[in-house]
Amino acid sequence: MDTAEKLVQMLIAVALFGGVMGFILLVVGRVRGRTDLVQSLAFVAPAVLLLAVGLLYPAARTAYQSFFDRTTEAFVGLDNYSALFERDDLLIVLRNTLLWVLVAPVTATLIGLVYAVLVDRSRFEAFAKALIFLPMAISLVGASVIWRFMYEYRPDQQNIEQIGLINQFLVWLGFEPQQFMLNAPLNTFLLIAILIWVQAGFAMTVLSAAIKGIPQDIVEAGRIDGLYGVKLFRYVTVPSIRPALIVVLTTISIATLKVFDIVRTMTGGQFETSIVANEFYTQSLVRGNYGLGAALAMVLFVMVVPIVIYNVRQLRKADIR
Amino acid sequence: MNAVTTTPQAHGGPESTAVVSSAARARKRLSSPGASTAAIIIAVLWTLPTFGLLLSSFRPEDDIKGNGWWNWFTDPELTFESYREVLFGSQTELSTYVVNSIAITVPSVVIPVTLALLAAYAFAWMRFPFRDSLFVAMFALQIVPIQIALVPLLQIFVDVGLNGTFWPLWIAHSTFALPLAIYLLHNFMRDVPAELVEAARVDGAGHVKIFGTIMLPLIMPAIAAFCVFQFLWVWNDLLVALTFAGSTSDVAPLTARIAELVGTRGTEWHLLSAGAFVSMVIPVIVFLGLQRFFVRGLLAGSVKG
Amino acid sequence: MVHKTRKGTAAIGGVAALALLLAACGDDGGDDGDSGDDASAGGGGDVDCADFEHYTETYGDLEGTEVTIYSTITPPEDQSHIDSYVGFEECTGVDVVYESSDEFEAQLQVRIQGGNPPDIAYLPQPGLLQTIVRDTGAPVPAPAGVEENVDEYFSPDWKEYGTVDGTFYAAPLGSNVKSFVWYAPSAFEDNGYEIPETWAEMIALSDQIVADGGIPWCQGIASGDATGWPATDFIEDVLLRTAGPDVYDQWYQHEIPFNDPQVVDAVNTAGEILKNPDYVNGGFGDVSSIATTDVNQAGLPILEQQCYMHRAASFYAPNWPEGTEIAEDGDVYAFYLPPIEEEFGDPVLGAGEFTVAFDDRPEVQAFQEYVAGAEWANLKATLGGWVSANTGVDLDNYQDPISRLSAELLQDDDAVFRFDASDLMPGDVGAGSFWTGMVDWITGADTETVLTQIEENWPE
Repeated sequence: MDTAEKLVQMLIAVALFGGVMGFILLVVGRVRGRTDLVQSLAFVAPAVLLLAVGLLYPAARTAYQSFFDRTTEAFVGLDNYSALFERDDLLIVLRNTLLWVLVAPVTATLIGLVYAVLVDRSRFEAFAKALIFLPMAISLVGASVIWRFMYEYRPDQQNIEQIGLINQFLVWLGFEPQQFMLNAPLNTFLLIAILIWVQAGFAMTVLSAAIKGIPQDIVEAGRIDGLYGVKLFRYVTVPSIRPALIVVLTTISIATLKVFDIVRTMTGGQFETSIVANEFYTQSLVRGNYGLGAALAMVLFVMVVPIVIYNVRQLRKADIR
Repeated sequence: MNAVTTTPQAHGGPESTAVVSSAARARKRLSSPGASTAAIIIAVLWTLPTFGLLLSSFRPEDDIKGNGWWNWFTDPELTFESYREVLFGSQTELSTYVVNSIAITVPSVVIPVTLALLAAYAFAWMRFPFRDSLFVAMFALQIVPIQIALVPLLQIFVDVGLNGTFWPLWIAHSTFALPLAIYLLHNFMRDVPAELVEAARVDGAGHVKIFGTIMLPLIMPAIAAFCVFQFLWVWNDLLVALTFAGSTSDVAPLTARIAELVGTRGTEWHLLSAGAFVSMVIPVIVFLGLQRFFVRGLLAGSVKG
Repeated sequence: MVHKTRKGTAAIGGVAALALLLAACGDDGGDDGDSGDDASAGGGGDVDCADFEHYTETYGDLEGTEVTIYSTITPPEDQSHIDSYVGFEECTGVDVVYESSDEFEAQLQVRIQGGNPPDIAYLPQPGLLQTIVRDTGAPVPAPAGVEENVDEYFSPDWKEYGTVDGTFYAAPLGSNVKSFVWYAPSAFEDNGYEIPETWAEMIALSDQIVADGGIPWCQGIASGDATGWPATDFIEDVLLRTAGPDVYDQWYQHEIPFNDPQVVDAVNTAGEILKNPDYVNGGFGDVSSIATTDVNQAGLPILEQQCYMHRAASFYAPNWPEGTEIAEDGDVYAFYLPPIEEEFGDPVLGAGEFTVAFDDRPEVQAFQEYVAGAEWANLKATLGGWVSANTGVDLDNYQDPISRLSAELLQDDDAVFRFDASDLMPGDVGAGSFWTGMVDWITGADTETVLTQIEENWPE
């Protein structure tokens, strides 16, 4: 396909769905009256249909495959799941995933919160925020390339200069350069740092808005009670933005569980850095082991279930209707 | 990441703030010199890696491979050579993949928006059986990891014979985006004052007319917010791309190609640095230009990832 | 493993022949057949369209068709492959589209499962071929023309590697010999070092280099998704020499466990070099730096005397910088990896890649037949840095002494030849846990732990 062909295809796809929407509106417009049922069906059906075929059915199929062997031929019961908890390499995968979920959301949120408070109402607030925010626009692949330049190692020998900034600092300070990507479990934390780098901007934005939304009288009351500085932050600011904090934490947790790009690009899951999302890709698509891959996907799913339940309850409470 | 409940100042955004002088004063206490230093340290830490790569991408090949980018300050030499090579050189030809990324992204933004607009309107302003349960289900789906659907979906595409085209990517991205799109747009549509809708009804307007003349114009900012989200998500995606397009094919996007370069040409730093920046330019422009909408979308309750 | 020809061409003496070929054929764009008929390039590279009539006669008019190739041979070494197809393209009108990646093993599977495989893949592992045939059924059995060529030009052993469950799928393409140790003759001469004749002598030489203040070895096993494979080669070479070919066969066929004591011994013997902090890793760092050193860069410190020996296959040749002379009295040369146990002598460890078709369109079959023949192999040999087990290749067409020696060894009926074991193992092991296990081993895990884990991971 050449460029023109690709762009034409693109326009056709756009026109097609624009057309679908127009057609539905046209037809529904004709039926008029108060027949809400028919009309709403026409409005909801395309989306629901797509979700059923593109998400629900495949998800059910994955659940099914997780009880079968690599080519979905023989039923193996819970073998795929027990492998997850018995094979040493897969146990490391689970351990790393836990590390990611425990470290990344909390750290990113903390940094975002502190920074939001620090730059709040400062003269350069907008600019200062943009600096932290920008990594959100960068793909995790791009971010990984950026950080490869930070972590790169060259041996400490004559005529060889460091390329990675961190190792250069070590050399300047008189230490030996380190092979950061090789040293487990340090390497996992260094990969987590990349995600924190990306996600802190999200935390900062949401939390900054929340801080600005704290009602005047609450702050006033705190002041009357003699709270300033860190204490005001601790006893007034943080409790006031608790809902926003929870939103940020859960959102980043979900993002962390599913992150795959960083591990894939930085180490390919070698050197004991693999996580469930990466192992899923390797097993399902590279090794063609559908059974184990499906079990890994199910593990990811099970891990988000509590968050789903929590959020649905919040939604109900919020009394949207 | 994915969805989540609404923050307290949900649809307001940063501008919805009542500026409070006393609060401001109280915060000033925190902005001591120590605090400023801390802020500057974080800002530098967050900026330096990107700056280093940007500078590297303009350094001559031998310099990049021989020493760190900070040596540029003592040996300032700039060249576009790496960009020329990475965009048009026969080994990388990133320009082809830029086109692919565009061709993948545009429909993957438009399709879910059109479908979600209709559904969101129905959820917000129509009555039908199981509406609430359906909505909750939709909401919950935002959080489900897409990994759970990938492999069977791939098998469906192969069975239908769509493989090797853009369609699997468009459909997959659209499907995975729908729950968020519907939820987001629904929230904004609910915020349209009921009196407006009622008045139109009294004038004899049907749903189609209300949708077209009242809803659409009013929720344009929400549509923009979602579009920015979805644009960044699709453009920066690697997993869906690798699953449905692989890393070297007619339809693979930039991210897949760059990731492949890291694996195959990992020691070719000049190609990596320039390539990474080529992949970043468009999303960063979109992001900076439409940041206002993006923030609003963020604060409206969810973010997907 | 493998990756024989991963990096397998270019440079060396072939540059001249290449230039001639290019001059003769015009640009490599394919079907714009200008100047296609003014024939003839150097060293057997005649572009005489009469030679190609056979293909249009057998397969019909192929004008305007396209064949896509997917391969492990990445830039810039892929250029001589692309150039070698020009004659075929011009005379048959087929456009040959060549693509390559270090993520080949991973991406090929992804593309097969995505229903989007290439027309032909240059697959370096017979074991992976078996896995793919049995799991997916995607490969197409080789057509009669391909099989005839293979019967004529290759030994039955080589045909067997491309056969799964009695059906012949894949014709051998390039081949290589693994068991070389590259060195710089001048460095050896300056320091009075002798080419070792036995493993013990090689260790003694290493000790001497250490005593002289040098670092004897440099190795690297980083290769994208395939990271780890060079270490598997090293171990297989040692196993052949410590336990012999019979044990070797039992090992890859899994008749003895992967972690059999004899294998443990062999890995530990390899570890005397690879995991000896005094011996490695000149120019790159400590032992663990082997894991992150790019396989194609790993031998280069020899030129700077930052290290003195680099065990690698014949296909390492093109990685030397342009202008490096490969000869006994040149800049670099290689000696044959010496024997360890006298009774097992000096076996040959080799490998190669195989053309697997995923479509049976006539142009695909025509191309597959073309590259299985002697004509193409001779042309390819003249382009340098490339070896084939194809007996139809005139040894004089090989452009450097290492390639020629490799070809001789491959054609020598008396030599004990064994195919790279990891390539023959199931893909899950040979292109999976064995690779990653080697990375663990280099970065500190002990031999028993690593081998036991691979054993437990053996399918079924």
